[in-house]
Amino acid sequence: MIDYVWLIPLLPMMGAAVNGVLCSRMPKKAAGLIGCLSMGIAFLISVSILVKLLGLAPGERSVEITVFRWITSGSFNIDISFLVDPLSTLMILVVTGVGFLIHVYSVGYMHHDSGFGRYFSYLNLFVFFMLMLVLGSNYLVMFLGWEGVGLCSYLLIGFWYHKKSASDAGKKAFVVNRIGDFGFILGLFVLFWSLSGHGISSLGFKEVFANIHHLNPNIVGLIAVLLFIGAVGKSAQFPLHVWLPDAMEGPTPVSALIHAATMVTAGVYMVARNSAIYSMVPAVGEAVAVIGIFTACLAATIGLVQNDIKRVLAYSTVSQLGYMFAAVGVGAYTAGIFHLMTHAFFKGLLFLGSGSVIHAMSDEQDMRKMGGLHSHMKITSTTFIIGALAIAGMPPFSGFWSKDEILWESFRGGHYLIWAVGLFTAFLTAFYMFRQVFMTFTGECRADSHTKEHLHESPSVMTVPLIILAFFAIVGGVVGIPFLAGGSKLHHFLSPVFGHGAATAAAAVSHGPGEAIAAVAGEGAHIAESAAGAAGYAAHSSLEFILMGVSVAAGLIGIFLASLMYYAPMRALAPSFLRPEVIAGRFSALHTLLYNKYYVDEIYDAVVVNPVKRLCAWSLSFDLGIIDGIVNNTAWSTRLTAWFSHKFDIYMVDGLVNSLATAVNFNSGIWRRLQTGYLQNYALIFVLGILALVVRALMG
Amino acid sequence: MLTLTHFLILSFLLFLIGVAGVLIRRNILIVLMSLELIFNAVNIVLAAFSYYTGNLNGTIFVVFNITVAAAEVAIGLAILVCVYRRSQTVYVDEMDEMRG
Amino acid sequence: MEQVFFYIFAVVAVASAIAVITARSAVHSAFFLVICLLQVAAVFVLLRFPFLAAVQVFIYVGAVMVLFLFAVMVLDVGRETFGERLHSQSIPAVLTLAVLFVMMGLLMFSGKVTVPGGPYSEAALARNTEIIGRALYTKYIYPFEVVSVLLLIALIGAVALVMRERVKVK
Repeated sequence: MIDYVWLIPLLPMMGAAVNGVLCSRMPKKAAGLIGCLSMGIAFLISVSILVKLLGLAPGERSVEITVFRWITSGSFNIDISFLVDPLSTLMILVVTGVGFLIHVYSVGYMHHDSGFGRYFSYLNLFVFFMLMLVLGSNYLVMFLGWEGVGLCSYLLIGFWYHKKSASDAGKKAFVVNRIGDFGFILGLFVLFWSLSGHGISSLGFKEVFANIHHLNPNIVGLIAVLLFIGAVGKSAQFPLHVWLPDAMEGPTPVSALIHAATMVTAGVYMVARNSAIYSMVPAVGEAVAVIGIFTACLAATIGLVQNDIKRVLAYSTVSQLGYMFAAVGVGAYTAGIFHLMTHAFFKGLLFLGSGSVIHAMSDEQDMRKMGGLHSHMKITSTTFIIGALAIAGMPPFSGFWSKDEILWESFRGGHYLIWAVGLFTAFLTAFYMFRQVFMTFTGECRADSHTKEHLHESPSVMTVPLIILAFFAIVGGVVGIPFLAGGSKLHHFLSPVFGHGAATAAAAVSHGPGEAIAAVAGEGAHIAESAAGAAGYAAHSSLEFILMGVSVAAGLIGIFLASLMYYAPMRALAPSFLRPEVIAGRFSALHTLLYNKYYVDEIYDAVVVNPVKRLCAWSLSFDLGIIDGIVNNTAWSTRLTAWFSHKFDIYMVDGLVNSLATAVNFNSGIWRRLQTGYLQNYALIFVLGILALVVRALMG
Repeated sequence: MLTLTHFLILSFLLFLIGVAGVLIRRNILIVLMSLELIFNAVNIVLAAFSYYTGNLNGTIFVVFNITVAAAEVAIGLAILVCVYRRSQTVYVDEMDEMRG
Repeated sequence: MEQVFFYIFAVVAVASAIAVITARSAVHSAFFLVICLLQVAAVFVLLRFPFLAAVQVFIYVGAVMVLFLFAVMVLDVGRETFGERLHSQSIPAVLTLAVLFVMMGLLMFSGKVTVPGGPYSEAALARNTEIIGRALYTKYIYPFEVVSVLLLIALIGAVALVMRERVKVK
């Protein structure tokens, strides 16, 4: 069965092709059926692969399937090939499983939309690229998927392209992601370049990881940092987190699938997949963890005061992704992937639930206009509360186990600051999630009468996926419970993948002494320990139970505080200084800061966007001035003096930035003359190129 | 006795003539025909190298080359007809809407 | 004997190629191009590639040139004066070509263009049509299929481009 793994990406691709070509000629039912069926079959194949993989011995659970040769260039070959190992199997299960449910849900949610076939085509295409990303057995196939999911994210955010805010959000997501992708591809270049120095011209994961210890640790650090820049862009970490909240302009199932469950976790997956690289450079790992936990806390504080139901969830996603990065940063790869999985369940559930609410509220997203929805939509509200309990880390819901494992791993690894910030963030998470629950589902309904009349529970095609996801949000943590007999199943399952990192680090020691490498060895030993899993847990269990209690208490305090402030029956009991408006009034500066998301967007506008715009406007006027000067010979001298005094002014007043701009501008003023638009001028330049090649051949 | 150089020189002359046609003629039809000349020069080189190295990969390339050239001509002439309908000219230097 | 034939073909090919780019009317150019392409087919025969020669005649002379003639008729361009024929960048272009001519000539006689031996012996080359056929349908089957799809796309694309929007009749 493993030999048929190529069917998994192929099916969504076929679905995308059929839906894309026939979208306007096909009834909606057929489009939905094709989309869902391709996902359902892909999911069944994934399950059968998991079964087959479990039947193999743990050491043999890594199979590479080559489909065909993609690129041949001298001794450098790239295959389209898939790596089936525990990590990728887990990822395809999440992608196809959650993806299938979201496809089914979309049939109901997008029912009234005219772009139904187009929507399913994009969604299937996205799943195809995501599967290429997680299944690829070399960096180029991974990069293919990496870029593809970015494209689909852009297409789906701007799905309602006639809405300016949606198309702007799509562009923003694309551009910000591009910054990250730039880092990613530079990382690949450095990796390939440095490895080819050692005679290895391959980008396959196996070859790279087996030879990475030949490289200078500084180079490895550079590669790790560059790859992490890619992850920061894709997974919306600070400072590139700004696109994800805006991405909520897309349809809600898209937010659930792409911007919560799968695509944004690609960065975490990538770092985990490259555990062999990251465990060689613990300092970069530390940086990853610090950025992760900082983002987690930052996004959680913003989430406290947002009023848009989807934006709260978006910031919560950024925050949870921060947790995952904190985990993979401190070397607890299994914990990060575990949280990735449970997060896919409960965050998918929360987004779909919010979609159901928005559907019922006639596309209203402001929580201040909701309230009392529990009596109208029991299934949605029940499942939503389950999701909120899971994300708040209440036992025995799945989020509890994964979040607790991250906190415990960071504490055990001696990263007390990360643990403390993580604990505080857990408290914030519980608070803002239950603020949302109370504002949406309890109290008086604050909607206008017209909307009130239309309140209804969603059709079963939408509620059944909610119920299934809720089920997994409750029990999804079972695979990672550390103190069942035999320890965490997930640890055992994933240890062949991450044990590799320890082996590499150990190999590094034997290849060369030195302080940096000794540090690597220490980290490697730590990872070996965490990979061993169950053994380590037994010794620390009492401390672990105390820490678990502390984090549950933090969550409970958060929920309690939220209920005092937002739950009507409790509000009466609460002291007056706990009223939201009182707090907002007292700390108005802080509230404004949070409400405006720390002004990050505004800062980017001021520092990056506006100077570029100004440069453009100024270069336009510069060009006009120069060309007019040439054309109008009579006015030339006057213009020249005016130009000089103008230039003098600008240099003196605006200083360095503008002088740089001037240089760029002047340069472009020359080069744009080359764009004559005459085809044959370009052809002549081709010929000059050939001439240069011939001369080069003659010399060499 | 024919040597590789014979074929290279023939191909090189055809190539130069083709390039000259592309660079100098204004009529876009002639430009396209000159492109065909360049294609043929390349095909001769490929076939000659293929023969003299005793490796037939080059010949297979010629087959693909000819096919692609046919596709190129079909599309190129179709575009040409469209452009002609729009601007009523076949002169390349009068089609300068992309001018910077 | 071979050499004599080669020189005949080469001279005719070069002469007709020059005629292609200097002819005053596009129809003449097209006919000279046919002559030139036939010479190239003959050169393929000299290189012992009868299959290529056949392909050259069928596709180029048969299909491509007919397309060109159709285009000439559709565009309806008559004879051009000398001034109309030349592009304004002629002088730099001719200078560049002259330099290229000298450089490529030097390169050709510098002895740097050499050929290493390949896998096929003289005997194997004698049945090259069979080898090419086999390779096309085995090792190169993917490119072969891709090229066939490309041709289909070109066909449909050409039709779609040239077709005028017709007023819809209800």
